[in-house]
Amino acid sequence: MIRHTLSVLVENKPGVLVRIAGLFARRGFNIDSLAVGPTEHAEFSRITIVVNCEEHPLEQVTKQLNKLINVLKIVELEPGATVQRELLLIKVRADEAGRSRVLETVQLFRAKVVDVALDVVTIEATGDRDKLDALIKMLEPFGIKEMVQSGMVAIGRGGRSITDRALRPVERSA
Amino acid sequence: MTEQTTGRGGPSPRDLAARAGGQAGQPAPPQKPPLSGGKSHVTGAQALVHALERVGADVVFGIPGGAILPAYDPLMDSTIIRHILVRHEQGAGHAATGYAQATGRTGVCMATSGPGATNLVTPLADAYMDSVPIVAITGQVSTSLIGTDGFQEADISGITIPITKHNFLVTKAEDIARTIGEAFHVASTGRPGPVLVDIAKDAMQAMTDFSWPVPFDLPGYHPVTRPHARQVREAARLIAESRRPVLYVGGGVIKARAAVQLRELAELTGIPVITTLMARGAFPDKHPQHLGMPGMHGTVSAVGALQKSDLIIALGTRFDDRVTGKLDTFAPGALIVHADIDPAEISKNRRADVPIVGDCREVITDLTAAVQAEFAQDHKPDLGDWWAQLDQWRTKYPLGYDEPADGTLAPQYVIRRIGEIAGPEAVYVAGVGQHQMWAAQFIDYEHPGSWINSGGLGTMGFAVPAAMGAKYGCPDKTVWAIDGDGCFQMTNQELATCSIERIPVKIAIINNGSLGMVRQWQTLFYNERYSNTDLHSTASAEPVRGTRIPDFVKLAEAYDCAGLRCESPADVDATIERAMAINDRPVVVDFIVHQDAMVWPMVAAGTSNDDINHARGIAPDWGGLDDD
Repeated sequence: MIRHTLSVLVENKPGVLVRIAGLFARRGFNIDSLAVGPTEHAEFSRITIVVNCEEHPLEQVTKQLNKLINVLKIVELEPGATVQRELLLIKVRADEAGRSRVLETVQLFRAKVVDVALDVVTIEATGDRDKLDALIKMLEPFGIKEMVQSGMVAIGRGGRSITDRALRPVERSA
Repeated sequence: MTEQTTGRGGPSPRDLAARAGGQAGQPAPPQKPPLSGGKSHVTGAQALVHALERVGADVVFGIPGGAILPAYDPLMDSTIIRHILVRHEQGAGHAATGYAQATGRTGVCMATSGPGATNLVTPLADAYMDSVPIVAITGQVSTSLIGTDGFQEADISGITIPITKHNFLVTKAEDIARTIGEAFHVASTGRPGPVLVDIAKDAMQAMTDFSWPVPFDLPGYHPVTRPHARQVREAARLIAESRRPVLYVGGGVIKARAAVQLRELAELTGIPVITTLMARGAFPDKHPQHLGMPGMHGTVSAVGALQKSDLIIALGTRFDDRVTGKLDTFAPGALIVHADIDPAEISKNRRADVPIVGDCREVITDLTAAVQAEFAQDHKPDLGDWWAQLDQWRTKYPLGYDEPADGTLAPQYVIRRIGEIAGPEAVYVAGVGQHQMWAAQFIDYEHPGSWINSGGLGTMGFAVPAAMGAKYGCPDKTVWAIDGDGCFQMTNQELATCSIERIPVKIAIINNGSLGMVRQWQTLFYNERYSNTDLHSTASAEPVRGTRIPDFVKLAEAYDCAGLRCESPADVDATIERAMAINDRPVVVDFIVHQDAMVWPMVAAGTSNDDINHARGIAPDWGGLDDD
């Protein structure tokens, strides 16, 4: 199984997310991560979906997604030509004894402390999945009280934009 | 059809005109009185009716109720749209499907919120599986009540996401007209399918400005209809090189109105043709190149042709499990050319060697030209050996049946005689089960649109309401519903609609007193243990509590239909002719047939097509091709 990152440009309308999530469930695909947000065009949103599957089922789910009337465009983002980021917020136990070592870890990962309490710090970190996994592993010994992660968002490197191309009159494809 | 594209792709005006205008064998839409143009200040409900008139709707099948009430008021004033009041919303949905399948136009049904809308779920799922263009309009509770579990509230747009091509929830009066235009456009273009428009009651009551035409807002919808020239040339090259090719034709050919083009391609190439359950009528049954239907109850020659083929040219079809049998043993030696307007069908079940996305009429036209170019270079394949093999199978394993030894009626005989007496100009509508398979096998279809059935979903109860819709759409044609006694009892309340609205359908109940196809499986796979398949609808030798319940003749008469009964082979022709002579009201004929008749040939579910049985326990001899 291979991890694939799909960027799906959709109309910004109520119910679009449920159509997409429902399609994955109906066709038997598991979503690893999903993130939705606005784009530079108010009328469109962009959904980044990470799935674990083989090539053939991926082609099938992409075609099925393309059939949804509210979907404008689907692009598979190749990891090598893409910037991929996730956001992590994590509360770690940091008492007198451990605090300096926690802060050292934060610095090493170029993360940020965004809230401090008596014996807990809340850390914000962004990065690709590997980096965040490594950070979590380093913080585990101190005691993780709570954590929350966003789905992955991703954007292709270079000057091209999937939005521009999607909004031009469509070319014929076979 | 007054449709408008946004200029972002989509079918060309030529395509729309061609679809709207009909083709040989398809009647053009009825002439409409001229519509006034310009803007007007109206209620949302009036905008709905005006928009329906402008997209070409001439009939709506439906039932009013609380949330849809505002729409029914202006509907009463329409001189263009006739409303047919059905007895159950499921009947409205199947009637819209029957109308669409018979005429090629988009069918319309209407229901209220909550239970009215949920009663449309089955016909929507049915139309989705068979790619039928229908538009369902449902009333929704007022916007302030949405999400509060209000009286008769159901989230019908949420419920129908998986079973519609698309659906809309409209909460503003100014969006109604545009949404209706979009719904008809989406339903009827590309791969057709059902579209639901759910309209909040207060949106119908509010005032808005109505103008027509309205620009569509469908930036993500642009079906591809023009095939890729390089793929078509590659397909032609494979045809020229093939030795055992087959044209595997599906319902997409009928949807694309490509029967004429298909015949040209078939006759140019000499390639055998098989038509799926959804494509019966796409190619004339009497044509010498026609091998019949493939699949679970297909002919030995059609199933064998696919299995032993070296090139399958699949046109508007989807390699359904009922056709392929066990997928990994399906047509092991064949290259696949797969043309379909829906890219998601291509390589879904069987990988295509040459994928072609496009409308079947355009694909076949282009393919014929490309094949001509190949043949002009002397690349015409010699299919002599192939045809010798196919003819041997055809001769050795024709469709047939045994007459019951006890002198009772063979259901196959009844159905064959209906087909012969009513002829190829009639429309035949089936329910689901044994009678459906026999109707597909033993009636000769010569024209597209003459065979209507529930293929993909297998919806029992389809026939009566679908026949009603077909007859409404084609009033000059004889419409026979071939139904089972089980199916008939699921939707026979629409006999009231047929009587009152003067829609004189003819219904043949192939009455074996049981859920026949289920019983057949119990005979074959469950040691003849007949668990819950006896319907007691024939006269029973042991009249405990199940003698002729209901009496279909009395039931027909109760609905002011003509009720006839036939129990012996000698009376079959006379009974059918009596039914043919009654045209002022619906006719129901109760044909009491032999209970143990079975549908053959058969590929048992989950097994290989290679293991087809021509009759019980009789496997065909594949001849010299067995070792392939």
